[in-house]
Amino acid sequence: MLGRTANGLFWMFRYLERAENTARLLEAALRMALTRDVVTAEAEWRSVIATLGLQRLYEAAHDSYDGTTVWNFVLRGASNPGNVRAMFGTVRSNARESRINISSDVWEAVNENWMRLDRLLARPVGQSAVGEVLAAIRRAGTQVHGAFDGSILRDEGYHFARAGTFIERADSTARILDMKYFLLLPSLSYVGSSLDTGQWEQVLRSVAGARVYSWLNAGQIEARGIVEFVVLDDRFPRSLAFCRNALRDCLGALARTHGVEGSAVALMREADTRISHLTVDQIFEQGLHEFLVDFLARNNAIARAIAGDYRFHA
Amino acid sequence: MQARGTNFDEMFDGAGNTRPAYAEYCRWYHEQPPEFLRRKNREADDTFRRTGITFNVYGENEAEERLIPFDMVPRIITAAEWRKLSKGIEQRVRALNSFLYDLYHRQEIVRAGRLPERLLRGNDAWLANMVGFTPPGGIYTHIVGIDLVRTGPDEFFVLEDNARTPSGVSYMLENRETMMGMFPDLFSRIGVESVSNYPRRLARSLAACVPPAFGGGKPTVAVLTPGIFNSAYFEHAFLADQMGAELVEGSDLRVTGGRVQMRTTSGYKPIDVLYRRVDDEFLDPLTFNPDSVLGVPGIMDVYRSGGITIANAPGTGVADDKAIYSFMPEIVEFYTGERPLLPNVQTWRCADKDSLAYVLDNLAELVVKEVHGSGGYGMLIGPTSSRREIAAFREKLVAKPDNYIAQPTLALSTCPIYTAKGLAPRHLDLRPFVLVSPEGIDITPGGLTRVALKKGSLVVNSSQGGGTKDTWVLKD
Repeated sequence: MLGRTANGLFWMFRYLERAENTARLLEAALRMALTRDVVTAEAEWRSVIATLGLQRLYEAAHDSYDGTTVWNFVLRGASNPGNVRAMFGTVRSNARESRINISSDVWEAVNENWMRLDRLLARPVGQSAVGEVLAAIRRAGTQVHGAFDGSILRDEGYHFARAGTFIERADSTARILDMKYFLLLPSLSYVGSSLDTGQWEQVLRSVAGARVYSWLNAGQIEARGIVEFVVLDDRFPRSLAFCRNALRDCLGALARTHGVEGSAVALMREADTRISHLTVDQIFEQGLHEFLVDFLARNNAIARAIAGDYRFHA
Repeated sequence: MQARGTNFDEMFDGAGNTRPAYAEYCRWYHEQPPEFLRRKNREADDTFRRTGITFNVYGENEAEERLIPFDMVPRIITAAEWRKLSKGIEQRVRALNSFLYDLYHRQEIVRAGRLPERLLRGNDAWLANMVGFTPPGGIYTHIVGIDLVRTGPDEFFVLEDNARTPSGVSYMLENRETMMGMFPDLFSRIGVESVSNYPRRLARSLAACVPPAFGGGKPTVAVLTPGIFNSAYFEHAFLADQMGAELVEGSDLRVTGGRVQMRTTSGYKPIDVLYRRVDDEFLDPLTFNPDSVLGVPGIMDVYRSGGITIANAPGTGVADDKAIYSFMPEIVEFYTGERPLLPNVQTWRCADKDSLAYVLDNLAELVVKEVHGSGGYGMLIGPTSSRREIAAFREKLVAKPDNYIAQPTLALSTCPIYTAKGLAPRHLDLRPFVLVSPEGIDITPGGLTRVALKKGSLVVNSSQGGGTKDTWVLKD
């Protein structure tokens, strides 16, 4: 496979994942804003922009944080080049560029969803439409992944696409957690505290884990359990542990295909020795924020190593 | 341009009776409930949009993608008509290849006084560094598209030879797929020659032309595209996909060890045959346009030393410009020793004084084309142009007469298209696709029918709003 094509597949799935994660983040914030007072709502919209790393761009264009402004900025803002509409444009142009390495099913799923979303996002998204738009973004991800799983040859292209998916997902989960880490910290001293469990639930909702967490824990919401679930539970497909396992599998499969282990595998091993056997208590001890910063840096380094190992660029 | 006089219609004769080729189709058509046809017609557009069969129009905002309108009424050719046509096409393509070999070797045709030397010296498509070089297998034009027009029952003319990088074959294939998807019962009622193995034949044809440096095993074939913003990108990806070839861009390639190599995830790998969809002048910045980022620096040296096969060969454009076109009858006769089976359209070469005088006197009646133009750009269609347009064109023509040829406004044949108000005749042409390899000349039955969608219009180019039809060659 061409290095450029591998790069195209990797980023096609990163952007697809990013769009979906962004939609989940907005959905969670939207729910929060609807059920809370104005001050909390504004803080929540502020935190969405911060989680996405868009503060500077946002504040250059707007002077207040309200829902409609935030989601329009994130979804389709002209002053935000990384908006969701542009992400889907990139997904589609990468799919076109990798056309011979994806199936017609995948291509048509990408193309149809792009047509739909591009139309939905062509005009400002109002209060009554935003729910439908966010659902359509999530559905696009589901449909492309479904077509992908059912029709793609399990060769290197498959693994590059999956590596992109899990690098991006781990990045997103870690960022969301890091943005709220201060909410989760007091749990060590306040067991069964009267703290705002609604805020903690918000963390779970942003990573689409609220229902399954509550089912596993019989409805008990507490910070330590949430961190354990989102970081360490390898049954939960958006947890850091799950993403790392999936990524490890991709790197292993790529190494077998190529008959040689690249630098990404070495970085993965190093990360494994450092963070694989940590318990949630050890993570709190070293500091959740510090842990997440280290995790994000390692995740990024692995992504760069993949690009180098497999000649994504000339 | 408006057709004048009575046109030959492919479906109906002068008395309004259905011609035999269309008899069964028309029976079927009239059995279909009108609402069913209306619904199918809407569906066709959705199919093309969903599958992304689009082309980009130059000069549009942000290289906007557009659909080439598809008309669901097929263009039907009988087996007997096709046998005749394919003989004429084969003869012409054979002559084109011999002509190119001769031009870049001894130039017997010039020595024999049958072709003026100035047509070569002044020709922009002429490549001096092809002189004395014989491409692998002796093949210059691996893929040719011959544009045909019809004016009567037995009157087919060659309007243009496309010997550089003819496009449109993906529409031929997708139109058939779409038709079979929409109307499966039609194909069980009527025996139609299949076109679907074109990509396999193309792959075989290309693999038969490996260069001397080929190391054995399965030849590595790649399609070179300018990238996703090119108007024909869909076709490049489509063909690479169907052939099982890599789809490469200039930035994927470099020259090392005397080979052109592509950057794969496991290192650089040599390419044996490159089906390039990039024009000559962009192919090698070291040899041609130094600003080109679409090509591969040094590829021409590799080519000349036998490290790669380039299809079509660089320099083939010299055989298909419109000034050479006017000599095709002589060219066919010179190299095949036979009378041309397919006639040319009468052509005035404006480089000739007498012809120029005639053309200037009759501008309002003629079609004037640039010698190197294509896609329907830069031409004058006398009968539909205003006096101001004609006057402006006259100045360009007088300033550089060598750059133009003129042809009569032909009474192109028509075939009905489906419209909201039922069937309506529109003008059309036909581009059959021809593969040339050391194993022989292979013509896919049918080709791409391009159809003008505006009533009376004679311009069928997709860039000017033309559409396409599925093209059927009936089985005997």
